[in-house]
Amino acid sequence: MTQTPTSRHSAFQVLTGLLSLPAGARIGAGPMIAAAILVVIVLASVLAPLFVPYDPLAMNATARLQAPSSDHFLGTDPYGRDTFSRVMVGGRVSLLIGVGAAVVSVAIGLMIGLVAGFFRAADGVIMRIMDSLMAIPAILLAIALVALNGPSLTSVIIAITVPEVPRVVRLVRSVILSAREEPYVEAAIALGSSMPKILIQHLMPNTFAPLIVQGTYICASAILIEAILSFLGAGVSTEIPTWGNIMAEGRTYFQIKPGLIFWPGLMLSLCILAINLLGDTARDLLDPRMKKREG
Amino acid sequence: MFVYILKRILATIPVMVIVAIFVFLLLRLTPGDPAAILAGDSATPAQLERIRDRLGLNDPLIIQFMRWMGQLMRGDLGTSLISNTSVSGMLIDRLGPTINIALMTIVISVALAVPMGVIAAWRHRSWVDFLVMSFSVLGFSVPVFVIGYILIQIFAIELRWVPVQGYRAPSDGIGPFFSRAILPSLTLATIYIALIARMTRASMLEVLGEDYIRTARAKGVRENVVLFRHALRNAAVPILTIIGTGFALLISGVVVTESVFNIPGIGRLTVDAILARDYPVIQAMILLTAGIYVFVNLLVDVSYSFFDPRIRY
Repeated sequence: MTQTPTSRHSAFQVLTGLLSLPAGARIGAGPMIAAAILVVIVLASVLAPLFVPYDPLAMNATARLQAPSSDHFLGTDPYGRDTFSRVMVGGRVSLLIGVGAAVVSVAIGLMIGLVAGFFRAADGVIMRIMDSLMAIPAILLAIALVALNGPSLTSVIIAITVPEVPRVVRLVRSVILSAREEPYVEAAIALGSSMPKILIQHLMPNTFAPLIVQGTYICASAILIEAILSFLGAGVSTEIPTWGNIMAEGRTYFQIKPGLIFWPGLMLSLCILAINLLGDTARDLLDPRMKKREG
Repeated sequence: MFVYILKRILATIPVMVIVAIFVFLLLRLTPGDPAAILAGDSATPAQLERIRDRLGLNDPLIIQFMRWMGQLMRGDLGTSLISNTSVSGMLIDRLGPTINIALMTIVISVALAVPMGVIAAWRHRSWVDFLVMSFSVLGFSVPVFVIGYILIQIFAIELRWVPVQGYRAPSDGIGPFFSRAILPSLTLATIYIALIARMTRASMLEVLGEDYIRTARAKGVRENVVLFRHALRNAAVPILTIIGTGFALLISGVVVTESVFNIPGIGRLTVDAILARDYPVIQAMILLTAGIYVFVNLLVDVSYSFFDPRIRY
């Protein structure tokens, strides 16, 4: 029998559980490389303004569409802006949206899921609404929001969050439904604990491990969706370079300068790949039962 | 069985009503003003007021909603703000290319992904398994338009096998249609293959450990029959489910792929609508795609019993 999380687990213990290995489990080379790649990308993006050679917004009419050289490490774009500087800085917004969407989706989904899982009366209605929201494609919702409100970080995060919340709700609900049958919940009820206390102190900690895993997947898909939105012209304003809008601007020049799509695309793909691999590793470590099902 | 299907069809009605309410509220309650978009930047407040009156935006929210629902019931999706023609007509005109590309994508995906997943599970932990899993992780990580451009670069620009962009209807000849539809379909198929192959492998791994598989092998059933008849049929339900829920990915992918390959389908229509801020078209697209998603998942649910006779309704 594998160790199941109990209400005694604090959030801190779950987090350290990621680092301290359960007996028999081992982290292979893959996740280690993934973690290293992610750390490098995050540091490079956050610290980019300190080390990039050019202002990512500075145009230079005499240096348009240059090939890579010692001056311009990855060449320049149609406005003479330095591609390397833009790609480095471009990660900031992408990562911000990824983390932002993951945190907001998990927080909202957790609250709704706790209610749906614990109060039978609310369960049916909430789950029908969640089913409906899942049918709305994130990309189209984002497009609609951006078309009406203009491009902004908030529109993009809301649009990514709406279809993700139902998935979190389903997850939280299923964990709560099985956890509330446990003897310690019965004991807490018998001892006269209040409902909010049981919900938050005894039931909620069970959801942390699967939520960490789900959060990493949401983060990865949010970064991907942001790129697609920017590519379609419905992302954040082009004054802020993001991996998505660098690629969008590179579309017209794709045949003469594929690097404008290739480099940001590579950074984006590596970043998402790393997050996904870490998510898989976290899932295997935190919940060995899920590993069996998903392979 | 018939009663079950009827019940299941009826159950989609509240789902679609909630989607409609949500879309309506979302677009009305957010700060953006359709009248301002229609009038342009130089409109006077009096002009804005007149447009609001004409669009009925000054009426109470509930009246607006009832009117909109009434139109929907009659199949009227509204009028485009830009071309001033009916949105449903615009959608019908553009539906052909999208349906053709989507069908081709599904055929390619299922034809490649299911055998990939079966073989990966059959040769668990071998190099084939590693290859399939690597492809599936990669397929989730590379944005769909980057895949599109990579395929264009290789097959259209370097090898010159197919045209770079464009679309021909199958009625103009199968050859021209196929040569233009193959790259967009492969582009769209990548993430779908990743998803289906992964689920097929997981589901097969579970089934291959069952006693009846050992029995089938012991009585000398050929291995391919064991895999594709005994095992795959029993592993089918989760695979079907993922094909249904993955359909949302396909819909999002269509919008992007059509704009990469310049295909005049409903995806392009949506992108043009974004640039023109033509919100009735966008609203209709959300409803349409949600409707398609719900319908596909209805089909998937009903098909369970076909693949797994133990499921009886």
